[in-house]
Amino acid sequence: MENTGYCSESFNSLQSGTSDEDMVEIAGATLDFSSTDDVPPLDRDFCSGGSYGGVDGPNGVPKLMDLLDEPVPGVGTYEDFNTIDWVREKSKDRDRHREIATKSKESTWALMKSISDAFSGWLLMLLVGLMSGALAGGIDISAHWMTDLKEGVCLNGFWFNHEHCCWNSNETTFQERDKCPNWKSWAELIVGTNDGPFAYIMNYLMYVCWALLFSFLAVSLVRAFAPYACGSGIPEIKTILSGFIIRGYLGKWTLMIKTITLVLAVSSGLSLGKEGPLVHVACCCANILCHLFTKYRKNEAKRREVLSAAAAVGVSVAFGAPIGGVLFSLEEVSYYFPLKTLWRSFFAALVAAFTLRSINPFGNSRLVLFYVEFHSPWHLLELIPFVLLGIFGGIWGAFFIRANIAWCRRRKTTRLGHYPVLEVLVVTAITAVLAFPNSYTRMSTSELISELFNDCGLLDSSQLCNYANISVTKSSSNSLPDRPAGHDVYTAMWQLALALVFKLLLTVVTFGMKVPSGLFIPSMAVGAIAGRLLGVGMEQLAYYHHDWIIFRGWCSPGADCITPGLYAMVGAAACLGGVTRMTVSLVVIMFELTGGLEYIVPLMAATMTSKWVADALGREGIYEAHIRLNGYPFLESKEEFSHKTLAMDVMRPRRSDPPLSVVTQDGMSVEEVEALIAETSYSGFPVVVSHESQRLVGFVLRRDLIISIDNARQRQEGVVSPSKIFFTEYTPPQPPNSPPPLKLRGIMDLSPFTVTDHTAMDIVVDIFRKLGLRQCLVTHNGRLLGIITKKDILKHMAQMANRDPDSILFN
Amino acid sequence: MLSSIPQSLRTPAIVLLFLVVLEVTSQAHADKSFEDVRCKCICPPYRNIKGHIYNKNVSQKDCNCLHVVEPMPVPGHDVEAYCLLCECKYEERSSNTIKVTIIIYLSVVGALLLYMLFLLLVDPLIRKHDPYTMPLHNEEESEDVRPRVEGAQGRGNTVLERVEGAQQRWKKQVQEQRKTVFDRHKLLS
Repeated sequence: MENTGYCSESFNSLQSGTSDEDMVEIAGATLDFSSTDDVPPLDRDFCSGGSYGGVDGPNGVPKLMDLLDEPVPGVGTYEDFNTIDWVREKSKDRDRHREIATKSKESTWALMKSISDAFSGWLLMLLVGLMSGALAGGIDISAHWMTDLKEGVCLNGFWFNHEHCCWNSNETTFQERDKCPNWKSWAELIVGTNDGPFAYIMNYLMYVCWALLFSFLAVSLVRAFAPYACGSGIPEIKTILSGFIIRGYLGKWTLMIKTITLVLAVSSGLSLGKEGPLVHVACCCANILCHLFTKYRKNEAKRREVLSAAAAVGVSVAFGAPIGGVLFSLEEVSYYFPLKTLWRSFFAALVAAFTLRSINPFGNSRLVLFYVEFHSPWHLLELIPFVLLGIFGGIWGAFFIRANIAWCRRRKTTRLGHYPVLEVLVVTAITAVLAFPNSYTRMSTSELISELFNDCGLLDSSQLCNYANISVTKSSSNSLPDRPAGHDVYTAMWQLALALVFKLLLTVVTFGMKVPSGLFIPSMAVGAIAGRLLGVGMEQLAYYHHDWIIFRGWCSPGADCITPGLYAMVGAAACLGGVTRMTVSLVVIMFELTGGLEYIVPLMAATMTSKWVADALGREGIYEAHIRLNGYPFLESKEEFSHKTLAMDVMRPRRSDPPLSVVTQDGMSVEEVEALIAETSYSGFPVVVSHESQRLVGFVLRRDLIISIDNARQRQEGVVSPSKIFFTEYTPPQPPNSPPPLKLRGIMDLSPFTVTDHTAMDIVVDIFRKLGLRQCLVTHNGRLLGIITKKDILKHMAQMANRDPDSILFN
Repeated sequence: MLSSIPQSLRTPAIVLLFLVVLEVTSQAHADKSFEDVRCKCICPPYRNIKGHIYNKNVSQKDCNCLHVVEPMPVPGHDVEAYCLLCECKYEERSSNTIKVTIIIYLSVVGALLLYMLFLLLVDPLIRKHDPYTMPLHNEEESEDVRPRVEGAQGRGNTVLERVEGAQQRWKKQVQEQRKTVFDRHKLLS
């Protein structure tokens, strides 16, 4: 397709023509070398250019005006549910860039164009950050409001949630910080009073009704307008970033529905979070904004760079953690992450975090969700309970993944999957009915985590902080010595234990339903509850048994040695790490979330332990498990391929298959090619010199063939079914009265990748991973033998691991 | 660099962008109304005095215990000890942003609900009387690039028909997505 590359190409074919003949003489095979089209006659102009379409001159010399500046629209695009060709996209971009660079010396206008082209990437990042930050701010505000709508309404202005309704009130007391006359619960509005069993039942009923209404709205909107908006989105985005195409997954309807139904799903009290869906929202914003810039609209590889940055933006606005977001994109989501993307992702994440902060959804210009204000030191001996929390996190991660995958598989295969709306309603009803009585499950999960991370000080009056006050002397920085637990603390403990079991079991069923659902916050909640329980236990142990050896050195009575809030943080990190198997990004997110830089070592210890334990129990994280469950063609880049198979064991056709479908470089008519396309369903065909020689010329894609033939039939004169198709550089003179030929050399890939049949499979897998190939041709002694596609490799890997090879569904 | 945005199908995205910008600017331009700033002081229980929370609308430099805690529950010599225990924070919010966001959100949800009801109930009744509509045959696999024969030939290219065509295409797309996700469970488990 490019003239400059073409010139050198013809020179090479001149050279290779002679060397081919040399090789054949050595090998002794009798092959036909009489075709003269391989070696261009020396008196022709080398750079006469390629042409497809166009009419030949009278003696077969292609005219210069056969050069078409614009390729046929549609050539070079991909079908839905197919993998892109990374090599082609990257070389297209390099050519475009080279053209702009050479043209920029010609005029000032061209220079301006080249500068603006260079800046377009940064402008796009800025826009992505602004749009995602604004959307995330809107989602946060709406979610806070709707969550409180289940309990009551504000008379001052219905748009205020509970906290903001009572913001200016003077009626709040130390014990009941949320009391104010403007906020009326539903029982007060309907029955008139807030006390008594009837009011309780009325509140209960309204809570359940609102929860059901919200989830019903969410699932109906998803079903009616954008079915791709359900689920978390991260497994699919991982697959898209590795080169897969899912049309509509990152479109504007999906964006709108995902934003709206995310708020509804979170507000309905279901055990899900909004971090995964926010990554999807950010990627949709990036995809939509890419359409404004030609550079990114036309090139799938460049677009995926922007999507990698957008994934970082998603986590950054979810947690207020820009650095953690970039590391998350690097570690979990992206497939290729060049250094240029690192800087741009960071820029976009910062812009988004700044936009979110200026919208100020948390009402106190804090970016961080769970801001932790204690700075108490921790002792080396506490690493033992932290490691215990890590083990718990790992076990929970492995259990959760197995249970969730089993449940999702049941949903895919049995009748449970036929009633998505009913399933959502039933799960919401169960969640709401079980959650209301326990105050720790009635509050939203983010609030629960905030409360658990908070260390009890003088200013706290919650149930969890109701210790027996021995003597109140303010020593330093609001830290209180360890005290024996009061009665309220014991109540809080068993309520929390019930909440733990509740969340453990319900998250398994909730993740994967047909509403947007994330699992960062529920996992962190499970870990935070477990951590807090262990922390309070350790605290009481240290108080009552301060003369034991392990406590004697560092925990004298009256000192503040154990901080249960820290245990909650470590537990949250351990559980999240066990489920997602994140490492560095998790530690960075946690300390950006909480602001506690002193606690990096406990966080790392717990995260590492949890990852090791979880890896021992189950190989893959939750997102890889979902990719495997859905059969996406995702070539895992972290695993090693350790079997000693060769390329010829994996390639197609196998012995029992029909021979490889090839297209010859000349001699096939349009009708024959169309028949070949109609009979087979391969996505590409190798082009050979002839059926006997099987020498490789190039590779042509099915979609490009279809588009070119259709276009030629419509636009070009005289192209009918008996017309011959030529992939060669020069068409031989046609006999008179025959229809004009169709030249399709421009759509052929002249440099397909080949390996020999004795190449070891681990090298082949490495080539596929590093270059992002879709298919690779296999040659034997220089002749084309077969083809290996990405799907073949995935099936082979599944077979080697004793899994069902038919579970790889897509192409 | 910026390509033109001719098609009417891009207007939803532009409208969304516009709403977002509107929201951000409304927050920026909103003057701080009286209720939108406060200084919140939390004072824990002290001797025999119960804990209390004080809210007052003062500027940031005046946000400390002496200006906000009124009436002071302890006599003069104890004020310093009491104030050491109290913690005061200056907080700001923008009630206009909250109001605008919630109203936009509710109107979008309302509009979508109405459209959903329209598609479910009213649209089939309209379509029955229209002899020119194509039956929505479901194609397997991906979109075909062959030029699609549009529904009634001979129609002009007015805005209404273009919108209709776009709507039909969108409906088919959603139907395909629904089949992939809900019926065949091929994607998104």
